[in-house]
Amino acid sequence: MPLVLYRIDDRLIHGQVVVGWGRPLDVSFLVLVDDEVAASEWEQELYRMAVPPEMDVVFASVEDAARQHAAFRADRRAGMLLTGNVAAMRALVDAVAATDPAGAVHAVNIGGLHHRPGRVQRMRYVFADADEERELRAIAAAGVAVTAQDVPNARPVPLADVLSGRADG
Amino acid sequence: MTSSPAPADPGPLAVVAAHGDLAAGLVSAVAQITGQGALLAPMSNRGRGPAELEAELRALLAAAPVRVVFTDLPGGSCTMAARRVQKDHPGLTLATGVNLATLLEFVCAAGSAPNDAQPAEVVSRALERGRASLVTLSAPAEAPAGVPR
Repeated sequence: MPLVLYRIDDRLIHGQVVVGWGRPLDVSFLVLVDDEVAASEWEQELYRMAVPPEMDVVFASVEDAARQHAAFRADRRAGMLLTGNVAAMRALVDAVAATDPAGAVHAVNIGGLHHRPGRVQRMRYVFADADEERELRAIAAAGVAVTAQDVPNARPVPLADVLSGRADG
Repeated sequence: MTSSPAPADPGPLAVVAAHGDLAAGLVSAVAQITGQGALLAPMSNRGRGPAELEAELRALLAAAPVRVVFTDLPGGSCTMAARRVQKDHPGLTLATGVNLATLLEFVCAAGSAPNDAQPAEVVSRALERGRASLVTLSAPAEAPAGVPR
């Protein structure tokens, strides 16, 4: 069973992830890829509390996640990989292409990048600054389908539409 | 005859933080039933990132004598924000899985509790009431013939 969703979401583990996507995709484990969380027991405990008992969670730095990517793919259960920012997802996509080419990432979901100074609103739940837009375009240029979609029954919005501001979601 | 001055409005004693319009809806229902909706401050996570949620919670705590936060989902972003705030507000009681019965018990108890009552105890009783409200009710049995319904 492959990792069924690669998601960028600055909230990391929360209701939309665990219930909104987790239930319909029958996700049994989460891979939370974040260097800061991977280095902090307190942060891990915080996120562990947010995971229902029937779901496992793995905390990994970008480097460790890329190294273990083939093992995650070999798991018989469905898994979801989360990053809290665009840079981590881009680093992961690049690293996986190099270390696990058979399991190269084909699609990335933008689930939530919220307001902060310097970011421009592109959709209701997508704000990005110039660096993040450049990173997103680089991910797409590597052949990855990048779409914004907060919940499963929403229309996936292609990156070009997201960045053009034409999307209304 | 002179009347004693009305007690000063204490402001909200708890924040209700939830997805969508749930918190506003719950507080509205509490206000309709008890008239004490002002004891609760509703907050939505809609459109807000983790930093904004945390900042809003901190602002509410700074502006009112809030010592309790109710959230809807244990793993929701409101709960995560409240946990971060709790890290440096150790006296803050955080309760998840809020429902209407919980809030009704809380406002009724908090409104009549002595000032030194421990919020954790009040919340604990409110949660018991909330859990007890989750029941399945069977269809009523047919009334015997001749018994007016």
